[in-house]
Amino acid sequence: MPWEPFAMSCHRVLLAIALASSAIAPAGAYDFGRQPSAAEIKLWDIDVRPDGVGLPVGSGSVAHGKTVYEANCSACHGERGVGGIKERLVGGQGSLATSMPIKTVGSYWPYATTLYDYIRRAMPYQAPGTLSDDDTYAVAAYILSLNGILPADAKLDQATLPKIRMPNRDGFVPDREFSDVRPAR
Amino acid sequence: MAMTGDGMPGVTDRRSLSRRALLSGVAAGVAGSMAAGPAAAETLADVPPREPGADLGSTSPRSKYVSIGRVPEAGPTVRNVDPANAINSKTPLDKLVGQITPADLHYERSHSGAPDLNPAEHRLLVHGMVGKPLVLSVDDLKAMPSVSRIAFIECTGNGWENWKKADETLSVQNTHGLVSTNEWTGVRLKYLIELVGKQARSTWMLAEGGDAAGVARSIPLTEEILEEAIIAYGQNGEPLRPAHGFPMRLLVPGMEGNVNIKWLRRLKFGDQPWMTRWETARYTQLLANGKARQFQLRMETNSVITSPSGTMTICPGYNRITGLAWSGHGRIAKVEISTDGAKSWNAAQLNAPVLPKAQTRFQMDWVWDGKPTKIVSRSVDETGSVQPDRDAFIALTGNNALFHYNAQQTWSIDAMGAVRNVLS
Repeated sequence: MPWEPFAMSCHRVLLAIALASSAIAPAGAYDFGRQPSAAEIKLWDIDVRPDGVGLPVGSGSVAHGKTVYEANCSACHGERGVGGIKERLVGGQGSLATSMPIKTVGSYWPYATTLYDYIRRAMPYQAPGTLSDDDTYAVAAYILSLNGILPADAKLDQATLPKIRMPNRDGFVPDREFSDVRPAR
Repeated sequence: MAMTGDGMPGVTDRRSLSRRALLSGVAAGVAGSMAAGPAAAETLADVPPREPGADLGSTSPRSKYVSIGRVPEAGPTVRNVDPANAINSKTPLDKLVGQITPADLHYERSHSGAPDLNPAEHRLLVHGMVGKPLVLSVDDLKAMPSVSRIAFIECTGNGWENWKKADETLSVQNTHGLVSTNEWTGVRLKYLIELVGKQARSTWMLAEGGDAAGVARSIPLTEEILEEAIIAYGQNGEPLRPAHGFPMRLLVPGMEGNVNIKWLRRLKFGDQPWMTRWETARYTQLLANGKARQFQLRMETNSVITSPSGTMTICPGYNRITGLAWSGHGRIAKVEISTDGAKSWNAAQLNAPVLPKAQTRFQMDWVWDGKPTKIVSRSVDETGSVQPDRDAFIALTGNNALFHYNAQQTWSIDAMGAVRNVLS
């Protein structure tokens, strides 16, 4: 459809005229757009909160994650999360207060849920969203194990992932202005 | 005001100046702002005769005599990169006049390139803590009541070249080119919120892009943001450029660039932040003690002299100093300029219109005595927020923060008139 600033689909115009009791009636929600089905929302509803809300059913082990990582991640992030051409994922714990801080998943990220959310939405770079839910749990588990946060025989799922306490969990100070947002309306 | 061949006001090439000064015998400094480009017409007889011009076209290209463009860069100190490795592209502040940035020169930052989305296939899902979730098309948005707002957008990392040291070869495009001002047109967030019936308990909104990375940020629903945020589809009077979020983006005036989600495809209402990668691992400011400031969303009071600035050369005598000031708090109230290395300050003239959360052009006349010196600007906004000097700023933040740099920018000028980037 070409970009036309004043284009409006005709069925809506007819509907609006039929329903409006006066020419200046305020618009209602379904004068614009339509109601999505629950199944449709689920397709796009990919965010994961720190309390685990949004995590899908599934699980993955550190061992399987190594396989997933080597097939999809190591080309950019290095063989074991270090030395790649893109972001370093491993190490740096204890470096944050030095003149050469190294920010990685292990040293800096406050929530393990963010790792799942980010891998699912953005990785692998060339084909985001192509890892299965199980593979995403697995590769998250592997990256956490490389950082010494999970043992080599660990397995993650929607119950265990939010319970992981990241080393830098208490490393963040919310800006005073936005630390306590009250309902405005 | 004369323009040199590349569209840069006020500062000229020393060789053409010297030649002109010798020829005309006038004071070098006055000639400095009047000299033309290399093929200058020395007398009116040299000006080419008038002739019929180009045929009319569907768009108007820039003059072939104007050389102006952004510069793609990677992280701090990583310049002159292959565009495939660039993460941002900086606005040529040294070559712009006025306060509005041309749309194609607005700075660009993306996390997985700029998708060129077909508006017919693009949808915005609005859901979460709402009474009536909605799927909206671009046409739906364009059919709603619209507003326009002139506002700056500034990358959270603007200024990051100077956190630890100053590379004296940098231009103002390198040091400050991640801020631009455009007019944005679209629908108020508040209007959408009323349409979907946001629950009163919802205090945060997740905004997510339709780019490959699905960049997502949690936005606090303060009164200010509810009043001012826009779902924009227009930029300087035309549809958004793909680099800036076509066909729709979020505009949160005054807040860090990253929350102004481009290629917007989802708004989800909730009661707590989601702690996405960009608001935890990325746009957080590491302090000297190893703790990091989080959700420092507001872009602070800032200013920079754009001419004379790094890599330019000036001549003794009259020089007009000009630059840009902006604040995420509101309007710029005052800009002061020091031409003696921050010992004494003089008020600059502010060019109208002075708009809230938009870049404001300032200028001041100056006669340079030819002795080495340093020039620097500082701004104050209508809330009384003052742009800090570098030492005070670093004392507060340390120099690991990487983002939200708003210290005063100092340019040194040597006896030859060469202008260089320095820390203070």
